[in-house]
Amino acid sequence: MHSDRAPFGLKIAAIAGLAFMHLPLLLIFVYAFTTEDKSYQWPPPGLTLEWFAVTWAREDVWEALSLSVKVASISTVIALILGTLCAAAISRTRFFGREAVSLMVILPIALPGIITGISLRSAFNLADIPFSFWTIVLGHATFCVVVVYNNAVARFRRVSGSLVEASMDLGANSFQTFRHVILPNIATALLAGGMLAFALSFDEVIVTTFTAGQQQTLPIWMLEELVRPRQRPVTNVVAMIVVMVTFLPILGAYYLTRGTDSVAGQGK
Amino acid sequence: MSDTLLGRISDTLWRNPRLLIVALLAPPVAWLGIIYLGSLFALLAQSFFSIDEFSGLINYEFTLKTYGELFKAYNLDIIVRTVTMALAVTIGAAIIGFPVAYFAARYARGPWKALFYLGVMLPLWSSYLVKVYSWKLILAKEGILNWLFETLHLSRLLNAYLSLPIVGGNSLSVSTTGTFLVFLYVWLPFMILPIQASLERVPHSMLEASGDLGATPVQAFRTVLLPLAFPGIIAGSIFTFSLTLGDYIIPQIVGSSRRFIGQAVYQYQGTAGNIPLAAAFAVVPIIIMGLYLWWAKRKGAFDAL
Amino acid sequence: MTVAVKFSGVSRHFGKVRAVDNVDLDIAEGEFFAMLGPSGSGKTTCLRLIAGFERPTAGTIEVFGQNMGDVPPYKREINTVFQDYALFPHLNVIDNVAYGLMIAGQSKSVRQKAADDALEMVALGGYGLRKPSELSGGQRQRVALARAIINKPKVLLLDEPLGALDLKLREQMQEELKVLQKQLGITFVFVTHDQGEALSMADRVAVFNEGGIAQIATPHELYLHPQTPFVADFVGSSNVLPAPFVKKIVGASYPASLRPEAIQISSQGHAGVVRSVNFLGSATRLSVQLDAVTLTVLCPLSDSVPNIGETIYLSWESADMHVMEGVNV
Repeated sequence: MHSDRAPFGLKIAAIAGLAFMHLPLLLIFVYAFTTEDKSYQWPPPGLTLEWFAVTWAREDVWEALSLSVKVASISTVIALILGTLCAAAISRTRFFGREAVSLMVILPIALPGIITGISLRSAFNLADIPFSFWTIVLGHATFCVVVVYNNAVARFRRVSGSLVEASMDLGANSFQTFRHVILPNIATALLAGGMLAFALSFDEVIVTTFTAGQQQTLPIWMLEELVRPRQRPVTNVVAMIVVMVTFLPILGAYYLTRGTDSVAGQGK
Repeated sequence: MSDTLLGRISDTLWRNPRLLIVALLAPPVAWLGIIYLGSLFALLAQSFFSIDEFSGLINYEFTLKTYGELFKAYNLDIIVRTVTMALAVTIGAAIIGFPVAYFAARYARGPWKALFYLGVMLPLWSSYLVKVYSWKLILAKEGILNWLFETLHLSRLLNAYLSLPIVGGNSLSVSTTGTFLVFLYVWLPFMILPIQASLERVPHSMLEASGDLGATPVQAFRTVLLPLAFPGIIAGSIFTFSLTLGDYIIPQIVGSSRRFIGQAVYQYQGTAGNIPLAAAFAVVPIIIMGLYLWWAKRKGAFDAL
Repeated sequence: MTVAVKFSGVSRHFGKVRAVDNVDLDIAEGEFFAMLGPSGSGKTTCLRLIAGFERPTAGTIEVFGQNMGDVPPYKREINTVFQDYALFPHLNVIDNVAYGLMIAGQSKSVRQKAADDALEMVALGGYGLRKPSELSGGQRQRVALARAIINKPKVLLLDEPLGALDLKLREQMQEELKVLQKQLGITFVFVTHDQGEALSMADRVAVFNEGGIAQIATPHELYLHPQTPFVADFVGSSNVLPAPFVKKIVGASYPASLRPEAIQISSQGHAGVVRSVNFLGSATRLSVQLDAVTLTVLCPLSDSVPNIGETIYLSWESADMHVMEGVNV
C-alpha cells in the first residue's frame, strides 16, 4: 500500500508553500546586514554590523519600544483577568445568552481592525477623552481578551465538574478551591494565552493608529518608516528584531500547550 | 474558616449559583459591552447622519442620504474593487494553502508534524508590518524579484505583464498584482490552519474505503477529500475575506493609487472629516461579512473553526 | 437507632425533568445503605443532594438531625468517592489524600502521618509520591477512598465506585469495602446499578425507579418479596405473573413474582413449550411459553435439559409465588 508516502507533486507543493511563507522573513535578516543605505538593492553590495550600533543609539526607537512593551504588558494583564472570568463563567454552566457572550468576545477580532479602531476613536471624540497611554491600552485589551479566553475555556471545561466538587467535598470553599485546584490546573493555559496576547498587542498597528494620537508604538514607528522612509537600514534592523521578539512568545506558548486538546495560537 | 469574609462570600455564592455567574461575567461584559459595543453602535448610528456640504459640520438628523453616496460610481467602484480583490486573495490562498494543509494533516508525522505546525504558526503570528515590509524589499525595482528576472533573462516577460491594464503598473511595487501578492502572503496562514483542522478530522480509513471501492486517487480527492475539506476552506476564507475587506495599510504601501474600502474609511474619517460617510463605508464590510457568514454557517463551516 | 440521613418529601427538578420526586428516606447510623436503580432513576441525584452538590427543589434533608438546607458541601461532615475518582492531577498521592487536612489547616507532619495511615488502610503504602496518572484504575480507586475517609466523615458517599474495575478486582474491592465499613463504623451510602453488588454488600437497599423509591428493604426481603413488578424484574430477574394468570391459581387479581429457581420441571403441572435454551455454566436457563405467559426457568446441571419445541410441565410451591397486593392492576 502506498498510502503512507505522499505523492511527489504534493510534497513539492507543500514544501514550496512553506518556503513561500518563510523566505520573505529570512530576506529581512539579510537586509539587516547590508551596507547599502539608500535603496533596497539586491544582492547586497556588502555586509556590515554598523547598523546595529546606529539603531542602538536611536532614542526614538527605544522610546517606541518601551511604549510598546508597556502597552502590551498592561493590556495582557487586563485581558488575562477579563478572559479568565469569561471562560470560567462560560465553561461552568449553560446559562441563557452564553452564545451572545462568546460572540461578543470574538467580535473585536472578527470584525476588520479598522472598524474597531474608528469606533473607538469616534467614541473618544464624542466623550471628549484625550489620547493617552490608556486609550491605546483600552483598544488593545479589548481584542486581546479573545486570545486568553480561547486558551482558558478548553482547560476550564476539564477542571470544572468533579474536580471542583471533590475539592468542595473535602472542605474547601470556592476561593480555596480556586487557589488550590483550579489555578494550578489552568496556569499553563493562562501563561500561553498571556504570551499570545502580549505578541498580539506588541504587533498591533491598525487599531493603534486610531487610538494613539501622537504617541508612537514600535509598529506605528515602523509604519511611518514604511510610508516615509528616513533611514532604511535602521528600519531593517528593527524589523529583524521585531521578528525575533515575536517568535519567542509563540514558541513558548506552543511548548506550554503542546499535547493538549487545543494548541495555542489558532485563535488569532 | 466559617467566619472569614471569603468564607461567607463563598457560602452566599453556593446558595445563589446565578450570583457567581453574574459576578464572573460582570467585568468582561461591562468592558466589552460598554467600551466595545458602545463605540461600535455609536459609529453605526453616525452613518445615519449626514454632513453639511458647506459648513462641513455633521447634521444630526436621521437620513439615508449618506448611504446613497455609497452608490455613486466612484464609491461603488471602490467596493467592487475591494470585493474582487478579497475573492482573488481567497481563491489564491486556498490553492496554495491546500497542499500544505493536506500534507501536514495526512502525511506529516513526528518532527515533521511539529515543523509544519510551527511553520504555519510563526508566519501567522510574526509582525504584520514586518511581513508587509519584506514585500516592499522583494518588489522594489532594485529588489530581489527584478534581479531574478534579469538573471534569468526574463525581464521582457515581466515588462509585458506589467503593461497589461488593471493588473499591471509602472513596477510590481505599484501594481495591483503587487497588492495581491502581499495580501496573499499575509493572510495565507489563516487559510491553512482551518483546512488542516478539518482534514485532521477525516479518518484515514475513509480515503482507503474510497480506494477499495475502485476510485482513482483523483476521484477519491474530488469525491471524498474535497467535500470533507470544504468546511475548512470556507472557514479559512472567512478570515482571508474579512481581513482583506478591512485592510488599509497594505494597498497604501504596495499598490497603485486606486483605493480600497479600508483606505476610503480612513480618508473620510481623517483628512476629509466626513465621519458619517466613513461610518457608512465601514458598514459595507460588516454587511458583506454578515451575508458571507450566514452562507458559511449553512455550509457547516463553523465546525472547522 | 440514630438516623444519619433523613429525606422528607425531597424533590429535585431540572426544568421539566423530575430527577428526584418526593422522596422519603431514613438511613440509620452505621448502616451500609445501597441506592440501586437503572441510569436516570434518580439515585445519583440523591447522592449529590446529600453531598450538597445539588440543592432540593422541595423538601428537607437532615444529617444527624441538622437541616442541611443552607449548609454548603465544604461545611458538611460528609465525603464522597467519585465515580471517576476526581483525583487532583497536579498533586501526588500523598497530597491528594491529605488535601482535606491541608484545607483544615493541619500541620505538615500531622498531614503526612494521617495520609500514610490512610494509604496503609487501603493497602497503598509506599505509593505516596506517585502522580495519579501513574496509577492503575484500581489504585486510583483506593486513593480516592483514602482521601475521602481521612477527614473521618460521619457519612461516606460512594458513587458507583467499582464501576470502572474489572470483575475480579470488583469482587475483591466489595469485600474490602465491607471490612472497611465495619472497621470505621461510618455510615456508607453506596450508589450502584448492579443489583448483585447491592445485594451482596448492603444492609439495606433502596430501589429507585423514575425519580422515586420503588422499595426499601434488606437484600433478603427484596429478593424474596419484591413489592412491584419493576423490583421483581430489576432485582434478580424474577418472573412477573400477570394478574389474570394469578387469579386462576389463587383467586386474587394482582400480579405476582416467581423466582426462576423456584420452578421445577415435573411430570405434571402447567404445560408449556420450550422456546429457548441457554447454557449458563452453573445452570441452564430455559424460556418456556405457557399460553399468554413466558416464564424463565433455571434448570440445575444435574437435570436433563429439554429441547427447543418440546412440551414440558412446570410446577412450583404456591408459597414461592408472591402476590404484589400493593400494585394497581
